Amino acid sequence: MAEFVTPAEAARLITEGASLMVGGFMGCGTGHRVIAELARLGTGGLTLICNDASKPGGPDGSDFYGVAKLIHNRQVKKLIASHVGLNPEVAQLMNEGAIEVTLIPQGSMAEMIRAGGAGLGGVLTPTGLGTIVEDAAHVHSVVEVDGRKYLLERSLRADFAVICGYYVDKAGNVWYKGTTRNFNPVMAMAADVVIAETEHVVEIGAIEPENVVTQGILVNYVAFDGGAL
Amino acid sequence: MENAKDFIAKRVAAELKDGDTVNLGIGIPTLVPAYLPDGVTVVLQSENGMVGAGPKPAAETAQPFHVTDAGGQPATIVPGGAFIDSTTSFSLIRGGHIDCTILGALEVDGEGNLANWIIPGKRVPGMGGAMDLVVGAKKVIVAMEHTAKGAPKILKKCRLPLTAVGCVNLIITEMAVMEVKPGGLWLKEYNPLFTLEEIKNATEAELIMSPDLRKMVV
Repeated sequence: MAEFVTPAEAARLITEGASLMVGGFMGCGTGHRVIAELARLGTGGLTLICNDASKPGGPDGSDFYGVAKLIHNRQVKKLIASHVGLNPEVAQLMNEGAIEVTLIPQGSMAEMIRAGGAGLGGVLTPTGLGTIVEDAAHVHSVVEVDGRKYLLERSLRADFAVICGYYVDKAGNVWYKGTTRNFNPVMAMAADVVIAETEHVVEIGAIEPENVVTQGILVNYVAFDGGAL
Repeated sequence: MENAKDFIAKRVAAELKDGDTVNLGIGIPTLVPAYLPDGVTVVLQSENGMVGAGPKPAAETAQPFHVTDAGGQPATIVPGGAFIDSTTSFSLIRGGHIDCTILGALEVDGEGNLANWIIPGKRVPGMGGAMDLVVGAKKVIVAMEHTAKGAPKILKKCRLPLTAVGCVNLIITEMAVMEVKPGGLWLKEYNPLFTLEEIKNATEAELIMSPDLRKMVV
């Protein structure tokens, strides 16, 4: 059963040098409270797996939005993402040799994480064929199946995942609002410890079983501070 | 000529059919919906998790924490639309369920190769969803200005790292409409504000004159 904690308590679970999946797309759907607490703690040496590097200047008035806080604080040793172009600090840190960045096509990254959580050894995709992606470490090989070529992409897992729901019920079931869903449901399956931040905690049954997106059995901790964004 | 970007967007809009599901890249492609012909309604798919993306919201109705586009900016969804997760979004994209993707290019060549995600040593933004989109969409339209301040972008062979091999179907610029077909790049339409000589000089790839070559009409 999911344990209810504060965002600060949740952030303290994440260990130095850990691999960490964070849901969200340019910060939309990111667990901002837990990430802000993690930035405050300064836990370093992280391998961050997130669709993107977010951006400076968030709609919440922050100087660095979501995971951009961790990058700004130099807490991220390695970043695995599909796009980093809207956060200029990433290029700057790459030039300094202060961060290692692996870029993966967005659809491949989503499927690699899905495979990691689904007990699959990898994914066959035509995406990236004939490009420099073929030579990346996350690609096992080029495989031919029934006359068509594919990249065999390795599966991807992490020590921790921070996901973010709009409603989480007392059994840990998660419902996402709008476009916040993105990578959150697959990441909830692909990490050893799953922290689900939420904007609202609701009674069991308030999310109808048909509308549960991430099942409570996947969630180890629910991070809630009592307030909506 | 009016603004080149709007001119390109207008001509691209004429390629779309009523009911098409379309994914738009950043820049010129985002101007396309404003120029859809009467009677043509398309479904916009946004790779961050929307089928049926709507127009930009007014500031007072924006939901910047909950409904955004692929650039992270506030967005809306149309009635009948759906919010989806990233694996579903890219299943739609990779699985051939998107009729058309429209995107910009740094370089494109006569074999339909596309480069639009990295300039090694200079700019490394990442491919985002572009590699999946151009591999999976039924039709790939490159919408861009013909040259980069005079330097050709339509090359014999791309020099930058590729986004995908042989993926481009149509290139639409302020000068011309070109189709990638077996044998090379076919000039289908030209903007009469330019001479054929000027268009050839601005294009490194060899242009094959289409037998039904005509003026661009927007």
